[in-house]
Amino acid sequence: MEIMVGKFNYWIYIILIMVGFYGMMAKNNLMKKLIGMNIFQWSIILYYISIGAKKGGTVPIIMDTHSAAGQAIRAIDYINPLPHVLMLTAIVVGVATTGIALALLIIIYKKYGTLEEDEIIEALKK
Amino acid sequence: MISEHFPALIVVTPLILSFVVFAVGLFDRRYCFPLVIIALGACIHFAVSMMKKVIAQGSAIHYYLGAWAPPWGIEYVVDHLNALVLVSIAVISFLVAIYSNSNVKRELPEAKLPQFYTLFLLQVTGLFGITITGDAFNLYVLLEIASFSAYAIIAMGENGAQFAAFRYMIFGTIGACAYLLGVGYLYIITGSLNMADLSKLLPPLYHSKVLIAGFSFLLVGIGIKMALFPVHTWLPDSYTLAPSSVSALLAPLFTKVGAYVLIRVMFTIFDPSFSVTIFPVTEILGWVGATGIIFASILALAQTDLKRMLCYLIVVEIGFIVIGIASANRFGLTGAIFHIINDMFMMACLFTAAGAIFSQIGTRNIYQFRILHKTMPITMAVFIIGALSVIGVPPMCGFFSKWYLILGVIQAKKWVYLAVILIGSLLNAILFFRVLENAYFETRNNIENTLNNKGVTVTLDRIPKGELIPMMCFAVIIILLGIFSGKIINNIIQFAIPGALQG
Amino acid sequence: MVRDLNDIIVRTGARILIPFMQIYSLYVYAHGHISPGGGFQGGCIMAASFILLAVAYNLHESKRRLKEKRNAIFCSLGVFIFAATGLVPVLFAGNFLDYGKWSKVLFTDPIMARYYGMAFIELGVQITVMAAMVSIFLDLVTAGKHEEVFEEEKINGDNGRQV
Repeated sequence: MEIMVGKFNYWIYIILIMVGFYGMMAKNNLMKKLIGMNIFQWSIILYYISIGAKKGGTVPIIMDTHSAAGQAIRAIDYINPLPHVLMLTAIVVGVATTGIALALLIIIYKKYGTLEEDEIIEALKK
Repeated sequence: MISEHFPALIVVTPLILSFVVFAVGLFDRRYCFPLVIIALGACIHFAVSMMKKVIAQGSAIHYYLGAWAPPWGIEYVVDHLNALVLVSIAVISFLVAIYSNSNVKRELPEAKLPQFYTLFLLQVTGLFGITITGDAFNLYVLLEIASFSAYAIIAMGENGAQFAAFRYMIFGTIGACAYLLGVGYLYIITGSLNMADLSKLLPPLYHSKVLIAGFSFLLVGIGIKMALFPVHTWLPDSYTLAPSSVSALLAPLFTKVGAYVLIRVMFTIFDPSFSVTIFPVTEILGWVGATGIIFASILALAQTDLKRMLCYLIVVEIGFIVIGIASANRFGLTGAIFHIINDMFMMACLFTAAGAIFSQIGTRNIYQFRILHKTMPITMAVFIIGALSVIGVPPMCGFFSKWYLILGVIQAKKWVYLAVILIGSLLNAILFFRVLENAYFETRNNIENTLNNKGVTVTLDRIPKGELIPMMCFAVIIILLGIFSGKIINNIIQFAIPGALQG
Repeated sequence: MVRDLNDIIVRTGARILIPFMQIYSLYVYAHGHISPGGGFQGGCIMAASFILLAVAYNLHESKRRLKEKRNAIFCSLGVFIFAATGLVPVLFAGNFLDYGKWSKVLFTDPIMARYYGMAFIELGVQITVMAAMVSIFLDLVTAGKHEEVFEEEKINGDNGRQV
């Protein structure tokens, strides 16, 4: 019971990864594979952000630093900002991947007239 | 002075010049190629001077980006392991850029040349960055830069290249995300992303489950990028259908840089004892490598397309490197590192020769190579040098790296791997003999008839000098690497191996 | 191809909203260090303003406001700003991306120079991201055939466009 409730963020991201993985492997349509890949990437981004959260922590922006001297900053008050910054990069990577994949799909559709994988393989064999 | 900043400049120069090529290409297409040559020539200078400095200094060069000391900042590290890899990447990309000047105009329309060169330089940026960085997350970013340029530049090829690039993208994203997960697991328990810092913080934690899970994710991710045996299926389609100069750029470099990352993860971030005793992954890696060699060699025997056969050969060579890593002693790791360098030049030699044959005859079917030794003697000579090096014939460099691999396997007392290495070399010999038999051994009457029918008189190769000279340079470098292998191993590679390995 | 959306409510709403979107994107960029925001987010909102123009009117209108060649040059310009911010410290014997050395050019102290250096970097990022997003949108929506669609719209004209 402790494993279920205490680490529910792991359960969420594992389920999302498996959903994305199933979409990438088992589906025939290339667009569905692309959506599966997107879900796969976003689940990892959610996982990283979830590990930066703290109980009772607030947004990591330091207010009024110019007020009373000796203003000590306790790291325990703020959530960890580093995973957010890292995931900004990962989001950009995801966007770029989606852009390239969609452009490739347009070319494939123009050439073969279909987006089903088995029909494309048939057309390539000829 | 400026030479202190070479670690940053070697990554920044191709990056900026790729966008300069893009902007200039909008107005005038003729200035793209000189800019590429300037960029890559500068990178050769940077890489060679850094290697000289590392050899003279005896210790690594550390460069802090933004003057933030690690573990807060990103640092770039040049030590004995990646100095050689940097020089190889610089030399190969420079020669392939010269080769592509005349070659790519036959396969791509003129209007696409600026975009081709932009992606070329971005790919080289990514490869340099992966090699030189000392930060685990920065490696992910640069790995993705290199991968995206690879997806896009492969899709410029012939029929079916876009579909192959799409499948490569699906596969490659799984690999990169698995690597990202691995880095995330390491970050959770240590709080640091710097490679040297991780190697200090991790040893007390070696028995925790998080570390085993993170290490497995890292291995799977790097294995996909490296074309390790079961997950290599993206490689044959995409590298065959890509344009010739693209295969000549990607095939030598991309998978071998992945193998370098594997050595970094297993022996720099993690202590060697972790991979051998605590979580015995070297057993699995050894079996995976051995199966890959046999399986890929047999599949290569079934191909009639020359470039597809060479693509399966890449998987075989990665299998050799992984057996060297898996034996986890001094000889094995020396063989693996030296084999990375050798394989880069061998594959560059073979792929450029295959591209030249394709542009001359118009087909890659082996059985059409009937009179090639008369019409393309220099190309076939270069191909033979590459083939002899892959098989492992002295004085080519391939012999020396296989010698060290066999010594390492004997010292680890794994006789099955020894048999696999020898059988693999034999199968490679059969592979190349198939091609050379078709190209060289024809009866005199047949040759005369075919030449007269085609109206061809015996001349030297009719391919332009811009394609001929890089090929000959690769062949000469292979022989030089073989002759000077002792010096290279004693001066550079010996210091790249962590001291904790026994033997 | 691209259908012409000839609705007066959408068009008027877009005309009112787009300038505010662009100023908001500059706010998001400029406050990146003290609130959620920064270069990438600002660039996406700026690109969204051009995409809204293309969706509400037609592609020809969007191309009138932001020509394609200029878009491509913006893409490179952002990277050059980033590289210049990183390489000027190298000229003053600092490491790459060491913004503290900008204090010799800007005549402030090193701490404020780091502050401004971050702003420059984010500016480069914003310009490049905007150009890349608009370019991706144009490629996908015309299915790769930019020139034909623009010519067709120029010839057929805008059906009942109300300015």
